[in-house]
This record gives sequence, C-alpha cells and structure tokens, in this order.
Amino acid sequence: MIPTQPVFAIPYLSIALPEIVLACGALVMILIGAIKRENVQSLIESIAIGLMLAALLLVVMQDVEAVRTFDNAFISDGFSRFMKVLTLTGSMLAILLSMDFMRSRGIDKFEYPVLITLATLGMMMMISANDLMALYIGLELQSLALYVVASIHRDNSKSSEAGLKYFVLGALSSGMLLYGASLIYGFTGNVNFETIAKVLEGKAPTGAVFGLVFVSAGLAFKVSAVPFHMWTPDVYEGSPTPVTAFFAGAPKMAAMALFVRVMIDAFPGITQQWQQIVTFLAIASMVLGAFAAIGQQNLKRLMAYSSISNMGYALTALAAGTLNGVQGVAIFMAVYLMMTIGVFACILALRNENGHAETISDLAGLSKTRPAMAFVLAMLMFSLIGIPPLAGFFGKFYAFAAAIQAKLYILSVIGIVASVVSAFYYLRIVKVMYFDEASTTYRDGALEVRAVVVLAAGFVLLFGLFAGPLIASAASAAKSLF
Amino acid sequence: MLGLGILSGLVLLPLAGAFIIAFLLKDDEASVRNTRWVALWTTLAVFILSLVAWNSFDTAKAGFQLIERREWLGDSIVYQLGVDGISMPFVLLTAFLMPFCIVASWESVNKRVREYMIAFLVLETMMIGVFVALDLVLFYVFFEAGLIPMFLIIGIWGGARRIYASFKLFLYTLLGSVLMLLAIMFMYWDAGTTDIVKLLTHKFDAKIQLWLWLAFFASFAVKMPMWPVHTWLPDAHVEAPTAGSVILAGILLKMGGYGFIRFSLPMFPEASQYFAPLVFALSVIAIIYTSLVAMMQDDIKKLIAYSSVAHMGFVTMGIFSGNAQGVQGAVFQMVSHGLVSGALFLCVGIVYDRMHTREITAYGGLVNRMPWYALAFMVFTMANVGLPGTSGFVGEFLTLMGAFKANTWVAFFATTGVILSAAYALWLYARVVFGEIKNPVFETIPDLDRREMAMLAPLVVLVIYYGVQPGPILDACAASVDQILKTYNAAASAVAKTALLAK
Repeated sequence: MIPTQPVFAIPYLSIALPEIVLACGALVMILIGAIKRENVQSLIESIAIGLMLAALLLVVMQDVEAVRTFDNAFISDGFSRFMKVLTLTGSMLAILLSMDFMRSRGIDKFEYPVLITLATLGMMMMISANDLMALYIGLELQSLALYVVASIHRDNSKSSEAGLKYFVLGALSSGMLLYGASLIYGFTGNVNFETIAKVLEGKAPTGAVFGLVFVSAGLAFKVSAVPFHMWTPDVYEGSPTPVTAFFAGAPKMAAMALFVRVMIDAFPGITQQWQQIVTFLAIASMVLGAFAAIGQQNLKRLMAYSSISNMGYALTALAAGTLNGVQGVAIFMAVYLMMTIGVFACILALRNENGHAETISDLAGLSKTRPAMAFVLAMLMFSLIGIPPLAGFFGKFYAFAAAIQAKLYILSVIGIVASVVSAFYYLRIVKVMYFDEASTTYRDGALEVRAVVVLAAGFVLLFGLFAGPLIASAASAAKSLF
Repeated sequence: MLGLGILSGLVLLPLAGAFIIAFLLKDDEASVRNTRWVALWTTLAVFILSLVAWNSFDTAKAGFQLIERREWLGDSIVYQLGVDGISMPFVLLTAFLMPFCIVASWESVNKRVREYMIAFLVLETMMIGVFVALDLVLFYVFFEAGLIPMFLIIGIWGGARRIYASFKLFLYTLLGSVLMLLAIMFMYWDAGTTDIVKLLTHKFDAKIQLWLWLAFFASFAVKMPMWPVHTWLPDAHVEAPTAGSVILAGILLKMGGYGFIRFSLPMFPEASQYFAPLVFALSVIAIIYTSLVAMMQDDIKKLIAYSSVAHMGFVTMGIFSGNAQGVQGAVFQMVSHGLVSGALFLCVGIVYDRMHTREITAYGGLVNRMPWYALAFMVFTMANVGLPGTSGFVGEFLTLMGAFKANTWVAFFATTGVILSAAYALWLYARVVFGEIKNPVFETIPDLDRREMAMLAPLVVLVIYYGVQPGPILDACAASVDQILKTYNAAASAVAKTALLAK
C-alpha cells in the first residue's frame, strides 16, 4: 500500500525508478553527444542499450502488487511490469538492429539512440498511466520522438514523407483523444481511471460514451487498428528499415497496454459499449489486414498489413474484457513482438551492394543461397500464420480462447477465417524462398543482426516447449488488473 | 530411459534422426548417401519401437494404455500420450509405411536430399503424435504441424503444377482445422480441460454438440477427404513425389477417420446420430460419383487418388453406421487402404521413374517386359477392387454390413461402388499392363530391381495375409470400439426416449 503522504511531500519515487533512470540517462546522452561531437555513435548506442538493460532489471525486480504514486497518476503493477519488459526488449533489439544499417547509410546520428530512449520512456509512462493526464503525457512524449525517428533519414524523400505523414495523422488522432478525454472529464468529473470507473458504475451517460468513442479512436490510431491504419503502410515503407522494426515492436506494446488499461480499469462499468467498439476494430483490422496484404510486393508494406491484422487478433482478446482476455493480449503481444522483430532482423541480415532485401522477389531461391536464413524466415512465416508448434499458434490460441470464453463466436469465426486468408501471403514468401530459383546473392548480415535472428528463431521454434512460465506470468500480470 | 515412455520415444526418435541429418551431415556426395541411410535406420528403429509398444499393448483392455503425462501449459493443458485399440493400428501403420517412403525416394530424389529426409522424419513425428496424443491441444499441434513438411514436400519436390497443389492442400486443410480449433477452445471452457480421457466422459449439451460436431466435421471431412471438399486431393497426389503420395494416401487421410472415431462419435453422440444421414448421403455420393470420375482419368495417379476418395466413403459410412461391424470395418478399411493405396502409388512411382510419364495411354504391354511388376501390381489392384482373399475385401464387406444394419438403401447404393471400383481398377490394369507394347521404348524397360522387390514384397504379403486373417487388426480394436459404441448407443436410446415423450 501507499504510505500516506502530506500534501507537499516528495512523491513516492522508487516505483518510477526505471523511468527516472531512462530520463536522466537520455539527458546525459544528449550532453555527451553535444560535447564530444565526433565518433560518439557507438558510445551512445552502448549507453542506450545499457540504460535499457538497467531499466529492464529494475522493472523485473518490481513487485506485482499494485502501487500508485504521483497522486495516483502513476501505477506500477504486474501488468505494467509484463508490458514494460516487452517494450524494453523491443527497443533494445531495435537499437541492435539499427547499428550496422545506420552506419552503412551514413545516417548514424547520435540523436537516434537518444530519441529511441525518450520514446521508450514515453511508452513506459503510457503503460503506467493511471489517469488521463499521465496517459496524454506519455503518449505525446512517445509520439514526438517517433515522428522524428521516422524521418531520421532526412535526405531521403520517402523517409521525410513518412515522418510528415505520421506527424499530421498522429496530431489529428491526439486531438481526438484529447477531445474524448475532455468529454469524459466533463461527464464524470474525474481524470483518474479508478474514480472514473466508480462514477460510471451501473450507468452510462451519453457524453461519457461519446468520450469513450473518441479516446478509443485515438488509441486505435496508435495500435494501427482499422479504420485508423492509413498511416501504417506508408510509414513502414518510408522509414529506414530498422526504424520500421522499432515501430512494429515496442510502440505497439505500449499502445496495446494502454488500450487494455483504459478499457479494463476506467470503463469496466460500460463494458457492453466498449466491447462493441473493440469488436468492430478487431474484425475490420483482421479482415483488411488479410486481404490488403495479398497484393503487396514490398516486404515492409506487407509487414505493415501483417501488423494491422495482428493487432486485430490482440483486440479480439481484449474484446473479451475478461481476465483471460487480458492474459491473451499479453501472451499474444509477447509472441508478436518476437516474430515481427525476427522478420525484420532477417530482412536486415540479407544485405548486398544495393542495400538489403526490399521486395518479395528479392528473396527468390533463398533456401539455396542462404539455407539457414531461409529456414528461419520460413518458420517465422508459419508462425505468423499460426501453425503449431510455433510460437504464433500459442499467441493466437490464447487470444481466440478468451474470445470464445466471452461468447464472441462471430468475432472468432471471422477472425480465424481471416487468418486463413492471411496464410496465403505468408505462404507466398515461403514459396518464393523455397520453390523459386535463386536470383540475388547476399553477404552475411552484421553479427548483432544475426544474433537477433538466432534469438527470434529460438523463441519461435522452442516456445511450445517452454511456454509454461511465460503463460503463467502473463496470467499473474492479467490478474493485477482485476 | 530419461523418464520417457515408449510413446514419447516414438514421437521423438524421428526428430532425433532429423537433427542428426541437419547438424552432422553436409551436402557432398558421401553425406548424401549417409543421409539416406540415417533416415532409413531411423524409420526402421521407429518401426521396431512401435512393435515393442504393440508387444506391451493389451488388446483385451478397452481404455488407454502406455499413458504418459507431463506438465505443459498451465494445469489444464497437459502433455499426455497414450494408445488404445483404435490408435494402435494407425501407429503401427505409420511406422511401417515410413521405411518404404525412404526406400522409394532412394534414387528418384536427387536434389536437396537432406531437406527431403528431414521433412519426412519431421512428418513422421507429427503423424505418430496425432495418433498417440491424449490432449486435444496437443492433438491439434501434431495435426496441424504436419502441414508444414507436407507443404514443402509437394512444393519443392513435386511436379509441374506443384505450387498450385501445395497451396491448395495447405489452405483447404487449414480452413477446416481452424474451425476445429475454435471448437476445441469451446470444449476447453465447457469442460475445464483438454484431457481427452476426461472429455470422453464429459457430457456436452445436445444443442451445442451440433455446432461442435460441425466444426470437427469441417476439419476431418477435408482431411478425409469427403465429397465435395475432396478436390485438393487429386491435385496434391498428382504433384507430390511418390513417397509424398504414399504418406498422403496411407496416413494423412486416415487422420480424418481416426478423428471421427476418436472425437465425433463418443464426444458428440447425439450430434453424430443427428448428422448420420448427412454423412451417409455424402459417403454414397463420394463412392458413386468419384468412382465414375476415376474411370475417366488419363493420369494413373489421379485415378488412384479418386479411388481413394471413394474408399474413404466406405470408411465414413461405416463409422456413422454406429454399430460394431461398421466401425471395426472402418478401422480395418483404413489400415488396408493405407497398405493398398500406398503400394499402388509405389507401383506408379516405379514405372514413372523409368518412363517419366503417368499418362495411361503411354503405357501398355508392361507384362511382356516386367512380369514381376505385373504380378505385384495385380495383387494391389485386386485388393483395391476388394477381391475376397485380399485385405480390401474385409473392410468393404464389414462397412457395408454395418451400413446395411443402419440403413438398407445406403448399403444398396454403396454396393454399386464395389462394381464401379472393379470397373476402373481392372480397366486401368488392362490398359497399363496387358496388350501389345505400343511404345518402342518399352522394349528395353527393366523389371523390378532388388530394391523395388524388397519394397513391394512385404506389402504383397501383408495385403494377402490380412485378407485371409483379418483377426489381428479386428481384435486389437474390438474392445475400444465396443466401449465407444456403448456411450454412443446410450445417448441414442436417450434421444429416442425423449422423442417418445415428446409425442
């Protein structure tokens, strides 16, 4: 429990220690970068990774009991712990993937790791947000850092376009979210999630439901759920590939965690209302993600649609609105993170004079030229389809099982049929690699990139054997929300 | 041994062989030779181990035996293996057919031999896993995971239209099985467990049973395959390499029938009762229609593929006749068909390796140059027709008898299938083997070599042995079938009672 505090006392800081470490570290990194100027890139990168490792350790050491601070605006519990571990892992791996790429393109600016660190700080704030203000602060800190990161390759018109598009649409969605937040505040008189929940118990004033819709729209934008997904393919394609790998991983973890917390903590009284919204988002994302990806030739665009449909699966679990639903979201997001990072690591590991593999046809005959890499990528694709015994199956299993438990049968059937449709385009990648003749040759990827490939492959292949502990910790994480 | 039982050994041994090939062998010529030998020895070891399992299996007991249980995912989803009289024959069949597949690919597969053998060994693990899994989720894992190696086998080593065929196989089967997955989830919440032994005693609400039955039906009907979702099978068979066809016809199709007997009948008895007429109708259509289609094929493999669909029609008909003759006959028919169709595909593979064509019109007069081949092919053709004295007869006869008890008209129409199967099989045999040699290249075609002899001889022996002496298989499954039918009939009489009360 929180020690009772006098009004102007220093808030209880220790539970925010990981965030504090990241914030101070980011400032130090800026200083080092500004003072030293030359040859500072690898130092900054290592500091960033070190900071995240430290934060990860601190997070893991935290208690699963819910502890609140900063006037109940900040909460640390089992759920936040689980999602923060995922977020930090995603950010760390993204920095690892970017090192070689940034150097070879001459965009190894020291700001990049700093921005990633700041974005990660924002994500951690989002995950721990317990009122609408903290939610907004975290979200904006994250988003502003991401807008800049998207256009980090500023001499490349596509990258700049990606950043601008992301910014304009992101600003719009932030506006909607703020509008919704103000409506909720107006109708409930509170910003804190738990007190909002108390006020809304047993009744649903139209204004608050209105606010809920707008807040959901803002959050749906961040998780790139249909119909707020328009930015995703363009930003994924335009951004430098390691940045895309980052976008596809960590921010999705944070946004989904926030989505879950807002719905479960702030609106348990009007589950009926938000369940409809989430169900619609889930169905639309799964179906559009499955069908729109069929025509894609560019690997990054394909992965964009893939992540849209994957967010649909996570939302399917959330739509259940139960403890098992939250557990399903947590497991699914963990699996999704490793799969998507693995795919991008494979893409980045396939480099030659012209850059790295960009289109699906670049992968032709990969099973002959680089059998190990082709095998890993094929397994990742089968895992994304959801074929057992690979990790993706267990992610989908827990997500859909939660929906079935909540009697959302139509949602489940549509979703699972959409996953069969999506199998078609994942299989196409396997087909190109295994059934077609080789066209391009690739050099070995950088050491750290290959290490990430091996990590992801191990996770995807062996998940079935060692899933017990992860599932148990996801269950205990989910429990802290109920 | 390591705390693992025989069944875990059966599941893990092929994987171990795959690991050896993957990590210890390279792509040079000597290694390729070693790869083949490692694969062969692995599959032989699995077969010997399956005989050990058979030896410690007590056919008089109805329940599950050789049970192994371990923690897996939380407390309600466990790693549990076991066999009963229904699964044991299939485990043996799988372990028995695998060495033939390796031998059949000995010379015909020359590219990417390592990957090929790895794919087959992984596939063997999955197939045995399907039959020994005693947890629904574990069952699903094995059931679905087999798609990955099968997709690659057809796609990489297949014929001209292999990509189309592999995609069709994958997507058809996946669509069917994901619906079953949803049903599994529902059963998990309803019964609180996915343990098959416990689920067999759990009673599902009659209304819900209908939906669950349909979901399982979607999966097994595609796998079986039943008319009208059979169209993936001819494509897959034609494009698959010989060994792929053998496995497809010999084992993968049986998973559907096994699923019906293991899950649909005992877990959803009321629904099975309710839908039995539907299954009968589809089975009869399959038997008559696909037999007619088979008659008109130009491609030998396609013809056998369609005949498989027809024979599987007998199996589904027998299963849902709901009496001991029908179900036991279905089990027997599946085992027999596994041997016979596997052998037929091996026969096609043998001439295909020599002539590189499967067009029926290209052949003719083989008996003049290949007498031994003609003899073996004749035995299998007769077994396919269902000639008394071959294993094919016993299964067809028993399923027809079961159907006769359940519904005379079904038996009447299904019996025409026996005539039709004689028509297409004999006609095929006549066109390929008899007559004058039309094509001069056949003048020099060599007869079976020692490898091929060794491959076909055991199958000939077994096909005739089981035709004369069907006891071993029927006895093995009798106790388990009786137990399943007891619950099935209890539910049936309950339904009849409520129907009477309603009047």
